[in-house]
Order: sequence, then structure tokens, then C-alpha cells
Amino acid sequence: MQREGSPWQGLGVVTLKELSDHLTSWRMLVLEWLVGITAVVSVYVAIQQIREGTAEDPYLLLRLFTRGTPLPFVALLSFLVPLVSIGLGFDLVNSEHNQRTLSRVLSQPIYRDALLFGKFLAGLATISISLVALWLLLIGLGLVMLGIPPGAEEVGRAFVFLLVTIAYAGVWLALALLLSIVFRSAATAALVALGLWLFLTILWPLMMPLIANFFTPSGDVLALLDTQLILGRVSPSALFNEVVAVILDPSLRSTQQSMFAQMGLMLLERGAVPGAPIPLLQSVLVVWGQIVGLVAGTILLFVAGYVVFQRQEVRA
Amino acid sequence: MSENLIEARNLVKRYNGTAVVKGISFSVARGEIFGLLGPNGAGKTTTILMLLGLSDITEGQARVCGYDPVREPLSVKRRVGYLPDQVGFYDNLSAADNLRYTARLIGLAPHERESKIKSSLDHVGLAAVAEHRVSTFSRGMQQRLGLAEILMKEAQIAILDEPTSGLDPLATVELLEIIRNLKRHNVSVLLSSHLLDRVQSVCDRVALFSAGNIVLMGSVPDLRRQVLGGSFPVELEAQGDGIRDRLAALPGVRSVEAIGPDHFRILADRDVRAEAAAAVVTAGGRLYQITDLPSLEMIYSQYFQNQARTGERHAA
Repeated sequence: MQREGSPWQGLGVVTLKELSDHLTSWRMLVLEWLVGITAVVSVYVAIQQIREGTAEDPYLLLRLFTRGTPLPFVALLSFLVPLVSIGLGFDLVNSEHNQRTLSRVLSQPIYRDALLFGKFLAGLATISISLVALWLLLIGLGLVMLGIPPGAEEVGRAFVFLLVTIAYAGVWLALALLLSIVFRSAATAALVALGLWLFLTILWPLMMPLIANFFTPSGDVLALLDTQLILGRVSPSALFNEVVAVILDPSLRSTQQSMFAQMGLMLLERGAVPGAPIPLLQSVLVVWGQIVGLVAGTILLFVAGYVVFQRQEVRA
Repeated sequence: MSENLIEARNLVKRYNGTAVVKGISFSVARGEIFGLLGPNGAGKTTTILMLLGLSDITEGQARVCGYDPVREPLSVKRRVGYLPDQVGFYDNLSAADNLRYTARLIGLAPHERESKIKSSLDHVGLAAVAEHRVSTFSRGMQQRLGLAEILMKEAQIAILDEPTSGLDPLATVELLEIIRNLKRHNVSVLLSSHLLDRVQSVCDRVALFSAGNIVLMGSVPDLRRQVLGGSFPVELEAQGDGIRDRLAALPGVRSVEAIGPDHFRILADRDVRAEAAAAVVTAGGRLYQITDLPSLEMIYSQYFQNQARTGERHAA
């Protein structure tokens, strides 16, 4: 059956309204300050460590993201981006039910498609604006405090890192959106989303070796590692960490290089010089699967939410 | 013949195989106020949602302003204003901002937006609080804001779901007056309510729902004739000499019964309220109250008593 008109009619109006709501909300303000302050502190520590310990490094800008013991900026984002995404998404749809605005809004000449996609786009745009602002702030801070202008390769890598972080945020936002559709109670949706985040980020990596043991024959170490890898990638955080490790460190040629190094193994290509940097494009190709995984996860979760939302009754 | 803006033919709605609307048919003419009345859970809201294209029609056909709500929901929604049961607005926005959002969704040109918003708020008596947040509004004010939205939209049909539910008597009177005003502007009104007595005064015709069926349909006098056998009872409270005799002498009056001091019940062949009031005034008496009895509620319950009796007779 063919419906009249475009499913995206009203998309722009919904997106702008939601974006305005996010950007002016107290919740967003708190989340932005939380991320901003911790990020600046983390980068400040990184800069101090770079100043003290690095004599000559062609990738000083990238070190801003990866150094800063005990909590480098990358690890911080891996932890806080899901929190921000969940914070923005857990009540996107159920709040419309609870405020009893859904049936009134859907009685205007728009389809549900536009409402749902508009909400998702606005959430992602809000996070993107915050991340871009943070990214510019850190690069500016690095320039001022280190006094060395970054090269094109570094800026390119930092930009890819920014895009991947937005994709990572997209997965968690789509998950939060799905839960806000499934659960009418915003508190339940938030609790389930946070539970899943904690499970996938903290518990899953701990459980993984145990589960991998069940699926691999005993004694086959490589098969065991392989299974662990596959299982580990169920978590978006694992995918994100693998991608940023390779993108922000040009010397890495594999997502598992550090693990192999710990085992006393070295990945060598024909004619390759160990530790020599690889071009950005090559780094992207190394983690292309993980990047696609993050984007696919976002699409999959959004589609699941879309299907559930389309089948739901409008009435409260 | 007057043009029908709503045509419903054998509408059926099933949820998981259970029919909640069981083949109902009705039509609403231009400028008519039509009441869908009956207890909660009788299928009124489901019927409304089907007419708006917000819920699938399992069987049957509907045309709203000449459009099919299933295939052409956008055309239907452009011409229909909907005030849901317990209407909700965005609490963080002002009344005018809520209407601005709707105006953009409808696609109102920017130059007409502000004037239409202002005149519609003026019309429902909310112009003074246009910039106040909706969170500060009472339920009655929110209902009026919902009606302002319909006026701004210049809808041909206003569908009002339980508009008086939860309102105090004064707010109810104000709301019913606005509804009468819609009729004066040639807007058709489809009104649903479980509070039969509150809305019977504004309805030109009503359909009484029971368990997904329309059991009675017509004007209130018609229903009286159908259910109560052609008599029009009127209750009157008046002081004066010889009032009883004057009332008994009115054409069409069958009997006048004194049911208390200065309190009479008239049984007539037609509606004699105007003549009865005139008779009291002409006699130099004082008229305190005149009501047409019985109420729709009484007709409704009488109908089911009649049905039960018929059932018992068949069983015997």
C-alpha cells in the first residue's frame, strides 16, 4: 500500500525543535561541563607529561589524546560519550507519551518516521556540536601550550578520530532511543541503558575469557584469542578503543599489535621497518571493519527502534 | 443535502484478534456537532484514531474531508484539528512557542504565523498568558490552548476527545461555548465523551457507544422518542398563581404533575420549554429553573433496561 507524501515531511522542524531543547536544557549543560572539565584536566596532564618526557616526536598533537596517565583523553571519551548519549536519549520518545504530546504532534501532517528520525538527528547533532567544540578547544590548548603547529597528517588523524567518536556516540544514542520507545517509564529506560553500558564496558571484558574457553578447544591459544576478539567486539567500547588506538598511533599496523608484542611476537610485512609510521589511509583500512561495525550498530539499533515505534499505538 | 465531512462505513478494529470496534457506521455533516458518547473503553478513542490515520483500520472504510485516512493521512491531518484526551503541551515552552512549533509542522507561511497564533489565543482567552510557560497552566487552560491550535490550523473538522473530562464546571461552560463557536464558523465537530450530560447540550446528533457498537444514533429528541416512547418530560421550578393550570393548557402538554412546592413535571408531545417559560412570565410568576428531562444518561440506561427486558422475554 502506497502512502501519500514524503515520510520526511516535517523532519527539519522536528530536528530544529529537538536540537533547541537539547542545547538549552540543564541536563545538556551539566553533561557538557562534566565532559569539558575532565577533558581539559586530562589534556593538561598529558601536556605536562609530553613536556617532561618527549624530546622529539613528530606526532605531538596525537599524544594529547593518548597520553595523560592515569586517564588519557581517549579513555575518558570512551567512558563518558556513552553516558552523554544515554543522558540525551533515554527519554526521547517516552517523554512524548508521558507529556501526552505524542498524539497531538502526530495529528499534524507528519509521519512517525520524521518524528523519530528528527529526534535521533537532533541528539546526534547535539553530541557532534559538543565534540567538535571540545576537539577545537583541545587542539587550541595544545597549540598554545606546546607551541608546535600540527602537521596535516596529524590533523587528518585527529579529524578521523572525531568522526569515529561521533559514530561511537551514535550507537549509544540509538540504543537509548530504542529503550525510550520500548519502555514507557523514562527511569526504567535510563536504568536499563546504564546497565547495558556497564555490562558491555566493564563486565563483558571480564567475562569474555571465560566464555571464550567454552567455544575453543583446550590448548589452542590462537583460537582462544580469536574467539576472545570476536566476542569482545560485541561491545561498542571495544570497537571504539581498537579504532582510536590505530588511528591515533601511526606506528600501529594491527589492532592487536600491542597484544602480540606482549607475547614476544612482531607483525612484519615484507620490507616493513618495525615501528615506522603508516599513512592515514592505511590506518583507516586496518580498522575499517570496526568503523563499519560502529555505523552498522547504530543503523541496526535505530531500525529496531523504528520498527517498534511504527507498531506502537499512539494513545497513552 | 448537506455535505458529509466524515463518512465511516462498517469500521472494525481488532487488537490481537479481539474486536474493540465492531462495524460502526456514521456520518458527520459540515457544521454539525456530532457526539460519540459512551462509557470508557467503549471504542470511541479508537474510532477517532482510525479516522485520523493514527491507527490502522482492520475492516471497513472511512473518508474524512473526502480523503482516505489510511492512504492519505497527510491530507486528512491538514484539514482536521485534534484535541486528545488530556491534551499535553511541551512544558518547557510558552503557549505561543507551542503553537509556533505546530504552525511550522503544519507548514504555515512565516508571515501568517504570528497573526494566526495571536488571533487564535485571543479567541480562547489566552492572549494575556501567551508567553507564559505551559507548565504553569491549569487543565482548563491547556484544553483551551488545544482549541487555539485547532483554530490556528483553520481546520474543517475538530475532533475533540473527552474535552470536558477533569474540568471544573466553569471551565466546562467556557469550553462548550468555544465549541459552539466552532460550529458558528462552519467547523464540523466530532466530540467524544463519557460524561453524557455535560456535552448533550452542544451536540446536534449523538451516537451512543456500547462495547464497540453504536447502539443508538440521532438527535437527543429523536433518541427520547426512540427509547422513551414519544414523550418529552420537562421539569420546572416556578412561583406564581395558577401556573399549573396555565402549563396544562399549553398545546402538546399531556399532563402536569406537582412534584414539590413550586416544582412541576410536564409530560408533552414535543419540546415545550420555551412555551412553558413564556406561560410563567405571562402569568406574572417567577421562573427559577427549567430543564428538559430525562438526560442522555437516563435514555442510555433506559435503553439497556429495555434491551434486558426484551432479552428476558425472548428467554422466557
